[in-house]
Amino acid sequence: MNFLLKINIILIALCFSVFSKVSHANKAFITNEKDNTVSVLDVKKMKVIDTVKVGQRPRGIIISNDGKLVLICASDDDRVEVRDVETMKLKYILPSGPDPELMVLSPDDSVLYIANEDDAMVTVVDMADKMIIDDIPVGVEPEGMGLTNNGKVLVNTSETTNMAHFISTDNLEIFENVLVDQRPRVAMFTPDDSEVWVSAEIGGTVKVINPEDRKVSHTISFEIPGVNEESIQPVGVRHTKDGKFTFVALGPANRVAVIDQKTKEIIKYLLVGQRVWQMHLTPDEKTLISTNGVSNDVSFIDVEKLKVTKSVKVGRFPWGVAITPN
Amino acid sequence: MNILFFIRCFNGIVLREALRFIHQRERFFSALVRPLVWLGIFAAGFRSVLGVAIIPPYETYITYEVYIAPGLIAMIQLFNGMQSSLSMVYDREMGSMKTMLVSPVPRWFLILSKLLAGVLVSILQVYAFLLIASFWNIVPPISGYVTLLPALLFSGLMLGALGMFLSSAIKQLENFAGVMNFVIFPMFFASSALYPLWKIEETSEWLYYVCLYNPFTYAVEILRFSLYSEFNIEYSLGVIIFSIIFLTLAILGYDPSRGSIQKKGG
Repeated sequence: MNFLLKINIILIALCFSVFSKVSHANKAFITNEKDNTVSVLDVKKMKVIDTVKVGQRPRGIIISNDGKLVLICASDDDRVEVRDVETMKLKYILPSGPDPELMVLSPDDSVLYIANEDDAMVTVVDMADKMIIDDIPVGVEPEGMGLTNNGKVLVNTSETTNMAHFISTDNLEIFENVLVDQRPRVAMFTPDDSEVWVSAEIGGTVKVINPEDRKVSHTISFEIPGVNEESIQPVGVRHTKDGKFTFVALGPANRVAVIDQKTKEIIKYLLVGQRVWQMHLTPDEKTLISTNGVSNDVSFIDVEKLKVTKSVKVGRFPWGVAITPN
Repeated sequence: MNILFFIRCFNGIVLREALRFIHQRERFFSALVRPLVWLGIFAAGFRSVLGVAIIPPYETYITYEVYIAPGLIAMIQLFNGMQSSLSMVYDREMGSMKTMLVSPVPRWFLILSKLLAGVLVSILQVYAFLLIASFWNIVPPISGYVTLLPALLFSGLMLGALGMFLSSAIKQLENFAGVMNFVIFPMFFASSALYPLWKIEETSEWLYYVCLYNPFTYAVEILRFSLYSEFNIEYSLGVIIFSIIFLTLAILGYDPSRGSIQKKGG
């Protein structure tokens, strides 16, 4: 009897350990700008598993490189909330400038760079001391934040100045400004750091810049049959690590463009929900999730088949998306 | 009469319909061109006008072309059902129907065989349409092509039986053309074939109810669900009930003792 009891206890313990690992794997966090909440999704099941109340007007969201922390820009509270990935409990608050929108962490998670939409500054925060180290003056309405793999070069875009600012993280100073098209929203380095792609929402283009000489090597434009030109407003950019595809969210065009990362040719347009802005790839890069701000949902895209598989309702005005790295 | 006799009779009717279909190649092409024109021209024009929200069986946003595909499949079956019945009027006018009606098998069996023969032809047309539609990116899951088959059989029977019933009430070929205009177009437009029911409800409540209870809507919807390997009990039951009603009316209509066929001296 005792022997059977022991076996049962071992089996139950095994089940718990297996299921607890499964439940932690691949969660997606979506900021709902209007609801002041974050929806937590099980990526595999494509289901909302939790909704957590956070600060006011949550927008940019990232997960630390060690996969332990969720960082949320609470734009109307002028702060960055740091929460535990597992429990979503608030751990601490980081300072920022007014209206933080997008941010990026250094590869070792030691420094956080925040674009503050309302004060034309990029705030640099020390993650250990939880203090502001510096404020880097940039153009008006800073937003996009791209960082190289080694964390040496930061590219910030300013929506009103229409520039991509190249910043050295060694001395926290701008060393080059590159003029791009109207209202640049996102800057994203390719996996090998050989290019940085900058989307321009009003300009309707994506500029590909060579970080070596800071020259624009390509300008990508979009044309969708049946969709007027004004509705094509590129925002989010995501590259696959294998160098095959780049996805660009086209805002009110309700499409995600699939681009050949090498040739810059547009392969396909994928129909998603209304006003698609931000996107994130799962660690295995098999799924891409897009946030559709007006239709209040997120779309799951099968990267292999280049097909939208499902759209799932979340909160109101979903804005940012981050997926756990493990 | 044994079962072999019934089979022989059924084979004869199906073979006759198949031969007619093979010899009338233009009928096959026109049956394909009609939905393709809708898909290529009508849907292209409406692509940006209509936003199609997520409705079952779809799990995400779809293009307008994808939305109307099941409606166009049902359209093929509707036209085919009507054309097949039109041939009944033609047969009656030409006198060849008498040859069939003197057969010792029951009248209901003859009608059912004729109906099934027509449905089989329509199924061929539907799969040819789906093959061409794949160039418009209308590609349902692979399993959908299989699960569509039983739905096609039922919807085809329902629409064929409706045509058969109408043909029993029509004396001359010329009159049938008029009925096609009064039946096909209202049925097609007042259904969920071209616009989702919620969209119609937003515009007009009475029209919504007309569309909701239109038998053609039931046919379109079971085809839509089955194309995505899903089963909808409500629409399936609807198709079965309407099939029984139309089939009964058609059998009664062709019954020499009580139907209108006798009055017209068919």
